Amino acid sequence: MARIIDRRMAIFLAGLFILTVGLPVASSAAAGELAPAYLVSLVGKYLCYALLAVALDLVWGLCGILSLGHGAFFALGGYAMGMHLMRQIGPRGVYGDPVLPDFMVFLNWQELPWFWLGFDSFWFAALMAMAAPGLLAFVFGWFAFRSRVSGVYLSIITQAMTYALMLAFFRNEMGFGGNNGLTDFKEILGLDLTAASTRTGLFAASALALAGGLLIARWIAASKLGRVLVAIRDAEERARFLGYRVEHYKLFVFAVSAVMAGVAGALYVPQVGIINPGEFSPANSIEIVIWVALGGRGTLVGAALGAMLVALAKTLLTAWLPELWLFALGGLFVLVTLWLPRGVLGALEDGLGRLRPARAAAPEEARA
Amino acid sequence: MSGSLLYLSGVSKSFEGFRAIDNLSLVVLPGELRAVIGPNGAGKTTMMDIVTGKTRPDEGEVLWKETVDLTRADEVETARLGIGRKFQKPSVIESLTVAENLELALKGPRGVGATLFGRRTREEAREIERLLALVRLEEARDALAGSMSHGQKQWLEIGMLLAQDPELLLVDEPAAGMTDAETMRTAELLREIAGRHAVVVVEHDMEFVRALGCKVTVLHQGRVLAEGSLAHVSANAEVIEVYLGR
Repeated sequence: MARIIDRRMAIFLAGLFILTVGLPVASSAAAGELAPAYLVSLVGKYLCYALLAVALDLVWGLCGILSLGHGAFFALGGYAMGMHLMRQIGPRGVYGDPVLPDFMVFLNWQELPWFWLGFDSFWFAALMAMAAPGLLAFVFGWFAFRSRVSGVYLSIITQAMTYALMLAFFRNEMGFGGNNGLTDFKEILGLDLTAASTRTGLFAASALALAGGLLIARWIAASKLGRVLVAIRDAEERARFLGYRVEHYKLFVFAVSAVMAGVAGALYVPQVGIINPGEFSPANSIEIVIWVALGGRGTLVGAALGAMLVALAKTLLTAWLPELWLFALGGLFVLVTLWLPRGVLGALEDGLGRLRPARAAAPEEARA
Repeated sequence: MSGSLLYLSGVSKSFEGFRAIDNLSLVVLPGELRAVIGPNGAGKTTMMDIVTGKTRPDEGEVLWKETVDLTRADEVETARLGIGRKFQKPSVIESLTVAENLELALKGPRGVGATLFGRRTREEAREIERLLALVRLEEARDALAGSMSHGQKQWLEIGMLLAQDPELLLVDEPAAGMTDAETMRTAELLREIAGRHAVVVVEHDMEFVRALGCKVTVLHQGRVLAEGSLAHVSANAEVIEVYLGR
């Protein structure tokens, strides 16, 4: 266990726990609404991004697979949850159809397409939020890794994958609400989505999912399998000549990562209230890479931290100077690449490391 | 040929018209130490690629223990059969420690599940210590492989090969970039290993080949030019022409 929860992980999990308990309490009426209520959903959204970043760091940081399509797995998880929330609307839609979501009535569809069946069940939708991205990653990875597509070529085809999915989901005929996507959700598990308690519940679930994702990722990284993944990252040929089936390992970690991204998406959608094809846009996937690089590639905790920091900066900057955001994001990336090669987490730890000897020397003087 | 570990017969391979290997035949016996020499482009590396399944020959027979057809196996399968390969450029896992490098190479299950749930056994730990001593890296056990000197990386890689406990080791220019003392130590190490494992060494350095003191195969333009003791092949007129005539 000590190998899995190192100091860095312990500090992060403690911080996450304080945030998860503290924020809802601070924003409750009892505490005189110290923090505005919308913060709960906002930070909940950040936590989903953080989980997505951990998922990418698992494949990129640990195994060197630079996926530029992880937004697709996130969006698929989001769509699975969105489909359930659409079914939950029932007759409360604008057209009042008891079964068909509004956009299907609008398109004159007579019955629910087969792939919408089962999504009235929350658990089925939850399973699908993991199975759909996992399966896509498995099939995609099966062909890519077996043909030994790697490096920049793999990055490009993952990018193409998410772009193709975006175009497909934009089409009304696909049956996922086309351009507008899925929205106007009412409730989840019978609870009103606009209620503060539901929002707090989703926020806590996101925090739990992030903690769980981090622990699973760390467990993989600390196992012998994690060292095989590092071997594949550093010297793929060597790993192969040692007798390791490189493509099986890549496939495993890619699929696990996609499932994790799907869970993040499924938790994200009820908190933001909408999912549309824009989530598949290549730019989104590239932004995830920036989060991870900024936080500290290969550190897992750093990836989560990077996602939350960039998301916070985005919230603040797009409110103050919306037109400057993309320049700021690009600038941040350049700065980190040039001066913080180990990311924010690496810089933080280096800084603390430099302070520590001074602190250790202090008691010596006091005793003298 | 009866009792052979590795048997190549009539093997040819062309790359876009260039005949890298031309009707090559070679036999390696179990436990044998063999040096393969030859000028650049003689086909030494291509030969190793063919034996390890990295490259498929255009024609010819490659047999492992007289029964297994190596032309149908890939790198992973040949590794699992018991063929270990050391690359010319040291290839170790730089961001793992020296001990972890050896651990990954240790003979054992190679599947995803086995590595996810596997733990280092006491036996494995002991084997790692034995190998560390053999390649003289006990002090560097917990240092990152990437921080090792060139010669140390070469030895670590040889240690990793031994950890696999292969029946055949293919060693590509192990002495490249080593000091004289390191070169001699490496020859000594390879001589020690031979017997328990068959070792095929590709080398340029004649001092090193002399130190190995074994049967030598001279390759030229993808064919075997001469075979025998170093003294025997050095006396061969064709070999002298190929090596010294230009």
